[in-house]
Amino acid sequence: MTDITKRFGDVYANRNVCLNIYKGEILSLLGENGSGKTTLMNMLSGIYFPDSGSIEVNGVPVVIKSPKDAFALHIGMIHQHFKLIDVFTAAENVLLGINGKLKDAKDGIKQICDKYGFAVESDKKVYEMSVSEKQTLEIVKVLYRGADILILDEPTAVLTPQETEKLFSVMRAMKADGKSVVIITHKLHEVLDISDRVAVLRKGEYIGDVNTGDTDAQSLSNMMVGRSVSLNIERPIVEKTTTRLKVEHLSVRDNLGVLRLDDVSFDAFGGEILGIAGITGSGQKELLEAIAGLQAAEKRSSIIYMDPKTGMEEQLCGKNPQQIYSMGVGFAFVPEDRLGMGLVGSMDIPDNMLLRSYLDGKSGFVNMKKPKELASQVVDELGVVTPNLKTQVSKLSGGNVQKVLVGREIAGDPALLMTAYAVRGLDINTSMAIYQLLNEQKKKGTAVIYVGEDLDVLLELCDRIMVLCSGRVSGIVDGRAATKEQIGLMMTSIGGTDKND
Amino acid sequence: MDQLISLVQAAIAFGTVIMFGATGEILTEKSGSLNLGVPGIMYLGGIASLASSFAYEQACKSAGTAPSGFLLVVIPMICAFLAAAMGGLLFSFLTVTLRANQNVTGLTLTIFAAGLANLFGGSLNKFAGGVGQIRVAATSTLYRDKFLDFIPLPEVVNKFLFNYGFMVYLAVLIAIAVHLYLNKTTSGMNLRAIGESPATADAAGINVIGHKYLAACMGAGISGLGGLYYVMDYTKGTWANDGTIESLGWLAVALVIFSTWKPVRSIWGSYLFGLVYWIFLYIGLSRRAQEIFRMLPYVVTILVLIFVSMRKRKEDQPPESLGQAYFREDR
Repeated sequence: MTDITKRFGDVYANRNVCLNIYKGEILSLLGENGSGKTTLMNMLSGIYFPDSGSIEVNGVPVVIKSPKDAFALHIGMIHQHFKLIDVFTAAENVLLGINGKLKDAKDGIKQICDKYGFAVESDKKVYEMSVSEKQTLEIVKVLYRGADILILDEPTAVLTPQETEKLFSVMRAMKADGKSVVIITHKLHEVLDISDRVAVLRKGEYIGDVNTGDTDAQSLSNMMVGRSVSLNIERPIVEKTTTRLKVEHLSVRDNLGVLRLDDVSFDAFGGEILGIAGITGSGQKELLEAIAGLQAAEKRSSIIYMDPKTGMEEQLCGKNPQQIYSMGVGFAFVPEDRLGMGLVGSMDIPDNMLLRSYLDGKSGFVNMKKPKELASQVVDELGVVTPNLKTQVSKLSGGNVQKVLVGREIAGDPALLMTAYAVRGLDINTSMAIYQLLNEQKKKGTAVIYVGEDLDVLLELCDRIMVLCSGRVSGIVDGRAATKEQIGLMMTSIGGTDKND
Repeated sequence: MDQLISLVQAAIAFGTVIMFGATGEILTEKSGSLNLGVPGIMYLGGIASLASSFAYEQACKSAGTAPSGFLLVVIPMICAFLAAAMGGLLFSFLTVTLRANQNVTGLTLTIFAAGLANLFGGSLNKFAGGVGQIRVAATSTLYRDKFLDFIPLPEVVNKFLFNYGFMVYLAVLIAIAVHLYLNKTTSGMNLRAIGESPATADAAGINVIGHKYLAACMGAGISGLGGLYYVMDYTKGTWANDGTIESLGWLAVALVIFSTWKPVRSIWGSYLFGLVYWIFLYIGLSRRAQEIFRMLPYVVTILVLIFVSMRKRKEDQPPESLGQAYFREDR
């Protein structure tokens, strides 16, 4: 790829990028969120068309106008958000867009599976599949089309460490088969683990490439961010204070009657960060929402909030958010869905600040003075990059949206702070800033609950880690002593033993 | 017995109108386009068939020749299909190419086409000599010819099954054909994939825009045949400005939901709608109670909706991307 430029409106997603991909190598494409990695690869796979620049495959100049052209050139991409039809079977998905017989597809799937050691059931519907099964199917689909260049966009984001290891061995097998594999990621340890060569993008521009053997995490992250960054997450030692939250026998069913949380019990203390690990959908969301009063809990469930000032104990089960709020329970909630549950995207920053406090007013009119003050305070203290306070929140970048939300939630000096995937989609700098904020809360004596997906971060940041496995507590481990493998095992089977197999 | 026979006959005639509408709309919706212009499209089909057959019958009369039976049938059918397909083309252009909101476009299409059809219907009546005077008797007679009546079966069976013009059977055949197309052909599978997730289909190399245009135009054409059947058979080749086509069009949309986007289910679903719609005539009700009974198809649809959403079976859900515009470079 030579001099590739792609613009969206006034924003350059890629600017004069030159990239070579060699046969039989695993290339990592590294960069922060929004650095243009996916855009660049989407131009190879025919989803986007470059504004300028040229592409050569095997030395021949080509024009890739559509995904069909890309297949013809043996380029296949596995997108971050799977491109599968839920109501179709595996075989039907493989056949999609290519005319062929279902029987041939099934035979082909079997051949590919035998070759690389996959397990795909041809007749299984996609909506019945687990995330890693779906990913395997995506890979089979691309291989079935005869891809020689495979592009994987953030493939490990949804996998457990064990599944990731399996994926990596598949990638190595494909490399041994003479295929070129490109992996898009922002996780440094994966880059070092799997790839032969690393190409770094920053703000849409190509920074350079290095052989993986000649580099380390620190220099890669410096290339990625453009200046020296500290990769160490602090874990200040703070004296644990009193219990803030006592959860006992908490069970939650979803509206289909499926048990999402099963007899969960734990305590959260002031002055500590309690991490919650688990495969996506293991009950993390339900847990936080049950505590916040957004989900009804089953009988026998008990959520006791202990007020640090008065020592009063309040039962939160069976109360709705408004009742909890009016009881004066001092907790803050940074939900997973920032612009869906946390903030209103089409409103400006002061209006969003107001959302948390509009019940306080006595008159029927809105007093905008305090929200405005709070908004400018948050913008100043957390360094939110925004043209002005009146900007719609949805127009801000992901990191700045999160800063506005976290800023609002910690402004009331909560006794309990719950965060769900607080750094999802944020770049290293912003993530570090968020960790810093959480640590400050911890030092103030707040009980922090941190639901996370990156095990490395959980292990560095949290004092204790509770691991959930299909709605049950698989165990609570010490963040300083636990290992990634241990937690990974606990994520897939209760207590980390293989008794389910 | 006679009462039952006449109820079934009324139900099947009624059901056929909305079966055409629903089959066409299912084809369109399976591609992810929610075309609420079905009533309008049925109007287009109806008026085009009436105008074309009127023109042909008049031309024959003034030339003094006997009209050809073949042309009497084929001319209005082709005109109805094409006029309705033009409605689908307009809808596709606005929603697929220009990415206008599908709900608004569909509703506007209904209002526009109903007005257009009634304008021409009024003009045709004027040509023919006054309000309610338009009549294409020759064409209508052919459309209503009970061509299967000769089959030697007991009279009762004949009255139940073969007492109809050919469009009744054509509706069933088209519904089955659409079913086979959607479920047994590669192109049909591609179409369903687009309806579920156009981005996925696009990434798989399927021509999303082409399929969406094709589905909307063919679907509208089929819906338009419902208008043709209504004019030629149901009202015996006349035009009334009473808005019945529009209410039938909405019932067709309801039938799409009732049949959970499955053409074969729309066959018996349409007859069921017909039964519950007409049953009031046969159980002796006051006028006021009649109006309540006429709501039944809608009530049934709501019940099905509740039932389907409670069961949450993936296969019974609407196409995932229904109503959403697709743009490849969207981010």
